[in-house]
Amino acid sequence: MKATVYVTIKQNVLDVQGTAVQGALHSMGFEEVGKVRIGKYLELELGTTDRAEAETRVKAMCEKLLANTVIEDYRYELV
Amino acid sequence: MNFAVLVFPGSNCDIDLYKAIEDTIGQPVDYVWHTDGDLSKYDCILVPGGFSYGDYLRCGAIAQFTNVMKAVVKAAEEGKYILGICNGFQVLTEARLLPGALLRNNGMKFRCHQALLRVENNTTAFTRDYAEGELINIPIAHGEGNYYCDEETLKELQENNQIVFRYEAGNNPNGSLDDIAGISNRAGNVVGMMPHPERAVHEILGSADGKRMFTSILSAWREKHDAAAIR
Repeated sequence: MKATVYVTIKQNVLDVQGTAVQGALHSMGFEEVGKVRIGKYLELELGTTDRAEAETRVKAMCEKLLANTVIEDYRYELV
Repeated sequence: MNFAVLVFPGSNCDIDLYKAIEDTIGQPVDYVWHTDGDLSKYDCILVPGGFSYGDYLRCGAIAQFTNVMKAVVKAAEEGKYILGICNGFQVLTEARLLPGALLRNNGMKFRCHQALLRVENNTTAFTRDYAEGELINIPIAHGEGNYYCDEETLKELQENNQIVFRYEAGNNPNGSLDDIAGISNRAGNVVGMMPHPERAVHEILGSADGKRMFTSILSAWREKHDAAAIR
């Protein structure tokens, strides 16, 4: 089983990378672009076929290491 | 008084800190490798700047799970003095020894220059040789020093006098909330700061204003242990 994890900066926290990319897009003429948010995409190969177990483990990984919940949100999918 | 300077793969201010201890207060100091889980012989633990584990994933995120950091958590609970500088500050917030987190600088630049700090709390073991409100000249060198915490935490920091240093008004280099440059935990024995006092221990370095952080720690420790205060 594989997990895909998305980590993003919380909506109320300044995303400096996103702001820089938004500025670049505007200067290139893509004025229709509003807010840009940049995050991390992780693919994890899990050594299990048990969906419930995988979910518990991936959640723990996100809370402990993959996201800093003071400044980041996370979501994941199991495939 | 025994000092430990932690060394993670990627630490690069460890030697500066070691030399600062030697040169300012001449106390015994050891490098302690990240795999070492015993800090029992040390009275003060210094977490240096640099890029622990290459800052992969997030600054300080991987370092928090090392053996030595488990020992740091224990030492913090025992009331030992712990000082995290720059990446060391990031490691201490990731390990939840200090509240909040460090974001990218709001100006998008790596800022590397002298900065004027105001000593907001001179009652900590790390700042007692400064005057309250004193302006000191300490260099900064960071790309992710923008201190952030939620409103409730900020209120707690303000009310409990946990803001130790602020950037001089109007000269915030990174967008830090409330101009915060350094904070302490509630008990006051753990301090984290983005500026580098170890790079300001002699006039030939541009400033000697960092020196008194180290003399403060020694005199606080000596007072606690009934020894003569440092002159």
